[in-house]
Amino acid sequence: MSQQLAEKNSHVVRFAGDSGDGIQLQGQQFTVASALAGHDLSTLPDFPAEIRAPAGTRYGVSAFQIQFGGERITTPGDAPDVLLAFNPAALTVNLPHLAPGALIIVDDSAFSAQRLRRAELTANPLEDGSLHDFHVCRVDISHLTLEAVKRFGLGAKDSARCKNLWALGLVLWMFDQPRDATAGWIQAKFANNEAVRNANLAALAAGHAYGETAELQHILSQHPIPEAPLDSVAYRTITGAEALALGLTAAGELADIELLFCSYPITPASALLHHLTGLGEAGVATFQAEDEIAAIGAAIGASYAGKLGVTSSSGPGIALKTEALGLAVAAELPLVVVNSQRAGPSTGMPTKTEQSDLHQAVYGRNADTPVPVLAARSPADCFETTIEAVRIALRHMTPVILLTDGYIANASELWPIPDIDAFKPIANRKPTDSMAESVWERDADGLARLWAAPGDARHIHRVGGIEKDIETGHISYDPANHQAMTDLRAAKVAIVADHLPEQAIEQGVAGGLAVVAWGSTFGAVYQAVKESLSDGLAVAQIHLRHLNPLPSNLGELLAGFEAVLVPELNNGQLATLLRDRLLIEVAQLNQVSGQPFPVAAVKAAIAEHAPARLVEAPTKEAVGKEIADQGVGRG
Amino acid sequence: MAELSFKDFASDQEVRWCPGCGDYSILKAVQRALATCGAEPAKTVFISGIGCAARLPYYIESYGFHTIHGRAPAIATGVKLANPELDVWVITGDGDGLSIGANHLLHALRRNIDLNILLFNNEIYGLTKGQYSPTSRIGTTSPSSPGGSVDNPVRPGAFAVGAGATFIARGIDIDQKGLPGILTEARAHRGAAFVEILQNCIVYNKDVFESISSRKTAADHQIRVQHGLPLLYGGNQEKGLRLNPRTLQLEAIQVGADGVEDVLVHDETNPTLALMLLNLEPPLPTAIGVIHRRQAEPFEQAFWNAKPRARRQRVVTLLHQGNLVDHRS
Repeated sequence: MSQQLAEKNSHVVRFAGDSGDGIQLQGQQFTVASALAGHDLSTLPDFPAEIRAPAGTRYGVSAFQIQFGGERITTPGDAPDVLLAFNPAALTVNLPHLAPGALIIVDDSAFSAQRLRRAELTANPLEDGSLHDFHVCRVDISHLTLEAVKRFGLGAKDSARCKNLWALGLVLWMFDQPRDATAGWIQAKFANNEAVRNANLAALAAGHAYGETAELQHILSQHPIPEAPLDSVAYRTITGAEALALGLTAAGELADIELLFCSYPITPASALLHHLTGLGEAGVATFQAEDEIAAIGAAIGASYAGKLGVTSSSGPGIALKTEALGLAVAAELPLVVVNSQRAGPSTGMPTKTEQSDLHQAVYGRNADTPVPVLAARSPADCFETTIEAVRIALRHMTPVILLTDGYIANASELWPIPDIDAFKPIANRKPTDSMAESVWERDADGLARLWAAPGDARHIHRVGGIEKDIETGHISYDPANHQAMTDLRAAKVAIVADHLPEQAIEQGVAGGLAVVAWGSTFGAVYQAVKESLSDGLAVAQIHLRHLNPLPSNLGELLAGFEAVLVPELNNGQLATLLRDRLLIEVAQLNQVSGQPFPVAAVKAAIAEHAPARLVEAPTKEAVGKEIADQGVGRG
Repeated sequence: MAELSFKDFASDQEVRWCPGCGDYSILKAVQRALATCGAEPAKTVFISGIGCAARLPYYIESYGFHTIHGRAPAIATGVKLANPELDVWVITGDGDGLSIGANHLLHALRRNIDLNILLFNNEIYGLTKGQYSPTSRIGTTSPSSPGGSVDNPVRPGAFAVGAGATFIARGIDIDQKGLPGILTEARAHRGAAFVEILQNCIVYNKDVFESISSRKTAADHQIRVQHGLPLLYGGNQEKGLRLNPRTLQLEAIQVGADGVEDVLVHDETNPTLALMLLNLEPPLPTAIGVIHRRQAEPFEQAFWNAKPRARRQRVVTLLHQGNLVDHRS
């Protein structure tokens, strides 16, 4: 192919190599540079569960994908138009996903006979014609890196490890993005190792210089991208795990309560523990427990003692916590349980994403044990959703489950930094000096009992998992009392809906097809609905944050549509929930591959189910204006 | 505050154990100990798991949390970390603490968090109607082992030594003279204090500790250990324990006949001696009292050493860290 990479407002770049090549770092640094260049962005880290899988194997390929550009970006992109592949395996596994005519940059010297065999290839794809639909740019990255860093006297291994930064330098040049942030990161990271520091800085600069000077204009050229139309506020890049950590910290401050975060390491939830550790100054302490059960146990203990207990895990760990969750319901203690969902069942695919724990969250406990459930839609949305989860836990004295997933936890996006003072303070049920209430008196708003903690001589009491008398809190086996307590627990969760904002339509208008989704599919659904609206289909996007209870107007809202389509990354759990709660018919779009939805898949399903617009379609300008009104990264 | 008597630590709830159960005596000993050491009901928390023993918090006038099977040490850990000023007690049994919850017990002990852990050992599952437990002796006949159990029992004290416990004691349910003192010592210990209490289940494992606890036979079947004093027992303290250097085991000797100078002096700081004392089997006597005690930094102290106990930083500063892109014009 002679044609170069198409000039566009946004691009999808995928970095791929061995899991020890520093691909994730490369991607993260490119993300920062992209943000600093004023682009909106969305990323998808996609790595194997093995820490350092055998080099050169297909299953050991680690990748990082980013879509960035001068318009609103809500997904990491369906098909990369640039692939950087460090070895034959990285090329081979990613080839099927590339956009037609994509640019492939390969490390030329990595295509040796031995490395081809490692990737189970019998012929060299660079030479057998299998890449003729793409632009291929062969650069001897490994060799050029060694040349660039040889004056620093590092060993062969350390020298070779600089190649990710060399290649990053080249890709940064391609999109005319700044190197300063990466240089600063190298300075800080290797502050105590001069040789490694200088070698990495030199590699970064050499890759960049290569782009400028190499005679490759026929195949490799610069593609400057315009800035995104950002609101005039400060932005930052943020991953879901970071936003969760900040959301918990902010919620603690809004509630004026310290947090004890108790968890046990599990992929992909551990990042939250890492981010919270070290936020002691901001009122969060972290405790690494001996197992999942101990983690929720300690969190319950903390809430019992008057701090807010928080625990976090992924599906298998949440399963272990389930009995204790029932205790928190019975004892009526506030608690936040974060589930970063991953592909299952059992160990499944720990580093791959899925939305298949919705039923576990809503229905998955012994007895009638209702718990409010919320889900975050994007990395940045974790911040606000977390604050809402804490608000509900404290208002109703109940455990709350907050669903995110492996994609949201690790992916990053651009985030307009919110004004924390714009959030309402979070009230709680701690006894005040003036209160003459008993522990088991309930407020009308939340049906919550008093949050009396040890140390308070006025409210000494005993509580536990045995059914308690609705008035006195004492052990009770009385049949009528158990009925009353069961009803109360149900009412307590139902009443949460009274405090929720009405469910709104995200984009589009009522009448045709409602695409109802939840969690991390927001970005793909957003883009698919936006494009379908432009295509003249009668479609609207409705995205749920609250899954239990559902917003009270949802049934009425959906009654205004001809059809409902529920796309989700599971076998139909929200679809089942909507049928159960609203007695409506819904069509399903399900994907359980460990990967986020491609926009194209959602669009195709919309096209299948949506009627053509009954009213005149808005012009593209009108749709564009609507988008601009919402700003970027807001979702 | 006026001095409290043991009755001030009785809640208004009716005690619902079987008549004659050893738990009644333990409850009384706990209430006596609390009164003796000036505990404050509002700052005292009893946390239990599941089982007969686990009902105890309902009967004590203090804060109480009856939780789920085996998890009391984990929940107590959260309570103590959240508020280190509280006096936190864990009530567990042989099934709760050494079967379903042995993991949490292990970690509470090795972390050395300041909890007073009372394990009521009756060598049987009482509340589920009499199945053999992890401390049941081989051959225990029960509904789930009609031909006699074949499992090797775990020794609670030896388990605690293995976990690195800094305080290990053993008491007897009906010993109203000795048990409150042991509990007072446990409470005074800074760190995890583990007390195994031999408890008679009158329905499902009656008199399993009869030889140790009965007045007639106790003198020859138990040895009261005290730091710095020789390990003597028998009605007239005529018997003693000495170390056989060839077998590295304790053996009984007759004081006088075998010479008194060989009798070991109890050193509660020595975990090796503690293990030997905790592993004594008939015909040697069962060790009662504070068997092991050493000082080490409690976990909650180490936990909070490195961090502030209260919020000192506002979240707004955290929000504006990281990779900022400033589009404010």
